[in-house]
Amino acid sequence: MILMRALDIKLFRDLVRLWAQALAIALVIAGGVSTVVLAVGSLRSLEETRIAYYERHQFADIFALVRRAPKTLLTQIAEIPGVAAVQGRIAKLALLDIPQFREPATGQFISLREDGQPALNRLYIRLGRMPEPGRGDEVVVTEGFAKAHAFKPGSHFAAILNGRKRDLVVVGIALSPEFIYAIGPGDRMPDERRFAIVWMSEKALASVYDLDGAFSSVTLKLMRDASEGEVIKRLDALLDRYGGQAAYGRKDQTSHAFLEHGLDMLRNMSRTLPPIFLLVAAFLINVTLSRIVALEREQIGLLKALGYRNAAVAWHYIKFIIVIVTIGVVIGSAAGTWLGTFVTEMYGDFYRFPFLVFVQSPDVYVAAAALSLAAAIVGAVRALRDIMRLPPAVAMQPPAPPRFRRLLPATFAVRNVLSQPAVMMVRNISGHPIRALFTIAGMSLATGILIASLFLNGTMEALIDVTYFMSDRQDATVSFVERRPLKAVNQIARLPGILAAEPFREVPVRIRNGNIERRIMISGRPPDADLNRIIDTDLHPVELPGAGLALSSWLAQILGTQVGDFVEIDLLEGQRRTVSLPVTALVEDYFGIQGMMHFDALARLMREAPAVNSVSVSLDANERDRFYDAIKSMPTVSGVALQRVSLANFRDALAVLVTTMANIYIGLAAVIAFGVVYNSARISLSERARELASLRVLGFTRGEVLRILLLELAVLTLLAQPPGWVIGYGLAWTLQTKMAGELMRSRLVVEHSTYVLASAMVIAAALFSALVVRRRINQLDLVTVLKTRD
Amino acid sequence: MADLVFSARALTKTYTSGETQVLALRALDLEIFAGEVVVLLGPSGSGKSTLLNIMGGLDHATSGQLFFKGQELTNLDDRGLTAYRRQHVGFVFQFYNLIPSLTAYENVALVTEISDHPMRPDEALALVGLKPRMHHFPAQLSGGEQQRVAIARAIAKRPEVLLCDEPTGALDSKTGIRVIEALLGINAQLGTTVLIITHNASIQDVADRVLFFADGQISRIHRNEARRAAAELVW
Repeated sequence: MILMRALDIKLFRDLVRLWAQALAIALVIAGGVSTVVLAVGSLRSLEETRIAYYERHQFADIFALVRRAPKTLLTQIAEIPGVAAVQGRIAKLALLDIPQFREPATGQFISLREDGQPALNRLYIRLGRMPEPGRGDEVVVTEGFAKAHAFKPGSHFAAILNGRKRDLVVVGIALSPEFIYAIGPGDRMPDERRFAIVWMSEKALASVYDLDGAFSSVTLKLMRDASEGEVIKRLDALLDRYGGQAAYGRKDQTSHAFLEHGLDMLRNMSRTLPPIFLLVAAFLINVTLSRIVALEREQIGLLKALGYRNAAVAWHYIKFIIVIVTIGVVIGSAAGTWLGTFVTEMYGDFYRFPFLVFVQSPDVYVAAAALSLAAAIVGAVRALRDIMRLPPAVAMQPPAPPRFRRLLPATFAVRNVLSQPAVMMVRNISGHPIRALFTIAGMSLATGILIASLFLNGTMEALIDVTYFMSDRQDATVSFVERRPLKAVNQIARLPGILAAEPFREVPVRIRNGNIERRIMISGRPPDADLNRIIDTDLHPVELPGAGLALSSWLAQILGTQVGDFVEIDLLEGQRRTVSLPVTALVEDYFGIQGMMHFDALARLMREAPAVNSVSVSLDANERDRFYDAIKSMPTVSGVALQRVSLANFRDALAVLVTTMANIYIGLAAVIAFGVVYNSARISLSERARELASLRVLGFTRGEVLRILLLELAVLTLLAQPPGWVIGYGLAWTLQTKMAGELMRSRLVVEHSTYVLASAMVIAAALFSALVVRRRINQLDLVTVLKTRD
Repeated sequence: MADLVFSARALTKTYTSGETQVLALRALDLEIFAGEVVVLLGPSGSGKSTLLNIMGGLDHATSGQLFFKGQELTNLDDRGLTAYRRQHVGFVFQFYNLIPSLTAYENVALVTEISDHPMRPDEALALVGLKPRMHHFPAQLSGGEQQRVAIARAIAKRPEVLLCDEPTGALDSKTGIRVIEALLGINAQLGTTVLIITHNASIQDVADRVLFFADGQISRIHRNEARRAAAELVW
């Protein structure tokens, strides 16, 4: 009694016999499927998490700072059409003095109403509680900062508030949707050791800063159909006489913009790499299965001879493929889900989301599975169609030998230019040009996707090199609470350990060309600046021209301007004029978009005496601690950004995210590459078993036979590398272009070592496959292949 | 006279191999009757296998007509030929052509599953004396045993004709004789028409008729007055 039909038993046994190959193909599919599942899954989860976080904690839509505005103004703001909620508060930057911590740290102080949670930008209390009414010394701090200093409820630290040192006690540790990504003054990266958000009682802050009955920061929640631009315009008009800086929306809110950029990079990565991976995998299984089915030619002929119908034979092989694809899809979905969770948690940790919303994406699984299956079936059917066209009598015979041609004049043969194995290899490649081409294409794609995954690491290093070592070469940036006269530079220069000091003035502006507009900072710097240098698009330092504006080349692209064009500028500080300035240079920078001007030119433009917002300094490393101590006693200073720390933070934070993602993709690319090469080697062994067996009969040793087989693999592998490099560069370019954004970007650098490494990985896969094939050649008694024809 | 099973009229087959044209069958005429054992003898390339393949519906003729029990095979399409093979013909090939991943039993079941009135696989294997080894894989069987599995597979569907292309070609004489014995046994017990292609002239003694092939034509037909038993064969 047979429980399974004989054909299904054959199917099952064939799968067992070909398990290594079936697994290799399944892994290629898994590689393709898991990238898609991972990328889409993590992205959707993070996006949903952010939406939920923003909603549950009432993250505001519009933000504005003022010098001092009466609270009565809030009622007028609430009456602006489209405004759903308004919250006025006090927001001030102040230096912190933390026990056993030498470096100066900065706190962004935010006032809390006496009745607890604010209406907008509500806190997520991780530990402890909100300050009690009337307790001016109780504060809630951000979790990152608390963790960096091992602060728990009950810990103490001091702050210099408006020139007076004040002792504070931590009562709560919190997260806020407004400060998911918190960057200290003058800094480029978050530094949780040295920058904190500190929430404390409004009464206490108001009395310190003399802001009773007033506010210095306002945030607005909009109604669903409100026009952000319209509300901002009206808000600006209301705040203008109270020293308001131009209001801005979420797009320009630091935390939101950085988070958006992080998600955007992930989004672009997931829109670029996984589809490529999936398509490559689909192409590879298509080619591979087509070859495997072609090998079954004699059995297909036999089944037909026995009276099986074409459809039954085809269905038999399609079932074979469905099983392999299913295994691949299951492995891929499991690995993709696991990796997706890992990536979601990694990003969740990085952004300190209070919770994560994991989104299941059945549509992605189905789409990835369907594409893999379709590619596999099309490949198999292509081979089946060719075989089924043959009468069974012909199909049961081995295929007629292809017609080979002499490639070189006969004299070469006579002169023994090439050994016979080499001739066999050359003829075998030229005799099956399509097969050779597909094999080369497969391995090129493998090399290509490896390069596309590997180059990110090199690009990150290029970004670091240009930003931290060519352009911004200062050791530290001292930022002031408010703009200071130029002589403040001399004050700083006299501090202990200062070797050089350069002024830096920053003015917020709106820059416009036609209807394209961006809110940026224009920095004024000395033309001969040696610390804050300007690097042009050819990576040479340039001197700022005496007039006009230098722009980030990225910004120039956005605005569609070139050197020589004029752009319109709304100054958002001081007299708030609108001026027109010529673009005089384009600058290579990778963080943010900005304008740069000659220091004196900016002062003239602002119609002010030369002033600074910060001072870039170079430090004597031995005097660093004395410098820190001196800074801590300066009430005009809001913070110090340390270049060395910023770079370290960049490396451990953002770079880790990007490189971890890159490494995941590298791993999956390696799996795909190995699957392809291994299958190529195994299939050529099967295809040529008879020929190789004949050689054994003629007296060739196993080693010689192996060499003939592997010579072809080696030649194809090597031929595949140059096109692989071109494909890899193309993919890297695409990815680079898609991942570049206003907040961060880099120039495309594909190091020579990247090409070498990608090729080395494919060649290693080839070597490993060669070892496996050698074992099979040694195990097979090739002589019997000649006797039987099954 | 027994019923006519096959009749061929001017059957012609031309192969194109590269730039050369090979005339495998030249306007061949032939009649085969029910219950006959026919041996086809002749040198390589004389057209024996080509004829057998066309008779078995494995290949198409270039011109001429071939009838099976009055039905014209030469105008059947692929689907028609498949049905014909499925219902009427059993094949035995020189190289057995067993599915290596299936046991003897399963190889036979492969055919019984798609036939209308098959015998049980173990029954078919018993007929060729292989019931004790029916759960062995081809690789665990000797050449002769493998060929007998192929015969069991061919007869399990109770075909009208059994077409054997060099069934002993890969076997030594002793196992070859057992295979011939099995074929004659089927002919005797089931009345199946058996056509055997061979290079081995001594096998002709078991046949009712012997067809001698040369250059794609039947050059001579010999009728044995008395068939010898397989056991009496010597080669």
